[in-house]
Amino acid sequence: MPALLKREEFAGLGTGIDERRARLELRRQIGRLEAELAGLFGEAFGHTEVAHRVDAVASGPRLLDLGELEAIRDRLAERIGEARQALVERRQVEDENRALVERMLAAPQDFKWVRVSRQDLGLPGCGHWHSRPRLGPLGMLMGWWRVKVSSGCPLARRLAAVDDEVEAREEEAGRGEAGEAGRAETRQAGLCS
Amino acid sequence: MADLAAERLGWEPAPRQGWVAPHIASEFPGLGIAWVEVDAKPGRSPDSVRRRLRDLSDRTYGSQAIRLRERPIPWAYRVFFRQIGLDPDRTRIPVEQLTLDRLHDGGFASHGLPADALNIAIVETGVALRAFDADRLAGSLCIRDSAPGESLPGAPGELPGGTLTIADEERPVALLFGATGEGFGVVKETRRLALASVQVKGVPQIAVEEALWMAASTLEAA
Repeated sequence: MPALLKREEFAGLGTGIDERRARLELRRQIGRLEAELAGLFGEAFGHTEVAHRVDAVASGPRLLDLGELEAIRDRLAERIGEARQALVERRQVEDENRALVERMLAAPQDFKWVRVSRQDLGLPGCGHWHSRPRLGPLGMLMGWWRVKVSSGCPLARRLAAVDDEVEAREEEAGRGEAGEAGRAETRQAGLCS
Repeated sequence: MADLAAERLGWEPAPRQGWVAPHIASEFPGLGIAWVEVDAKPGRSPDSVRRRLRDLSDRTYGSQAIRLRERPIPWAYRVFFRQIGLDPDRTRIPVEQLTLDRLHDGGFASHGLPADALNIAIVETGVALRAFDADRLAGSLCIRDSAPGESLPGAPGELPGGTLTIADEERPVALLFGATGEGFGVVKETRRLALASVQVKGVPQIAVEEALWMAASTLEAA
């Protein structure tokens, strides 16, 4: 039986083994799978995490043998399967959240303080739906609940902390330049205790 | 074919097409190397090049980086990386690496010439380019696998058998999409550059020519 596995025996039978063609076919499959994985990665980005990494099989660039190409092909196929699964699960969650928002809008009092963001629905941008009482504590006591839709992303502006830092720096620089005389003036103006 | 295209475009110097070892060419149809030699010396990039980098930064967004791998040329390089055993998410293809650096640094930083000229051409076309000191190269460039006992100049130890390299007529000068051998990279004393592009299956010839032309003309104009 082991003799059947010898290549010479196959050659004797006139059965040629062209590994090069097999490698070319595997490379073609790798190309197709890479394109598919790239598409899924782009689709999932910002919605869910997709494991897209396939580790290198070589430490440097070289011709890979049949087994190594097969391993890459199989790992790419695995990653695609996982990515599809992750996307399906994410879509289910988003559908459930969409249904939740509809139920919240229909009966806000049944979903007290529930908050669903646009991100939870797979929508771009900021904002959320928030079930909260009208007129604060009075609404809570009276059972006047509504869904408040936020107005979107905050406007781009410098953080308050940055303003504080800049002000402090300017103040310090001013103090350094003005010297003692300046400090006396500041005291007179009542800015320092 | 490259010569004809360059002649048609009236572009001098025309890119030269390198040789690919036959057993590698049969495994990777479409693999090629082309290069062009330019008289230029390294140095600070002029304002025009810096301005171009800034314009390019303004045109490059995060969303493009995510979708980059779906575009035909970056995809072709990613596939080739996988086919030669590299992980393109670790050893990044040149255009992806530059785009990520742009997002990380907030802009394409200037690294002087010839790096800026190459980076502009890489980002605009997606084609992988690199520069060598042309005066140190012996004859034509080619892509071949390393022979037993060969090593990369300046690197310790021998190259593992079958390592894909860019070589001149005497020795390997760089790993394919890897390190450049000591003495073959661009240094302060370099006065003539060889700008080389590695073409893989799926990268059109016209894109390769455009990339080389763009890099060479940026260097010549500087």
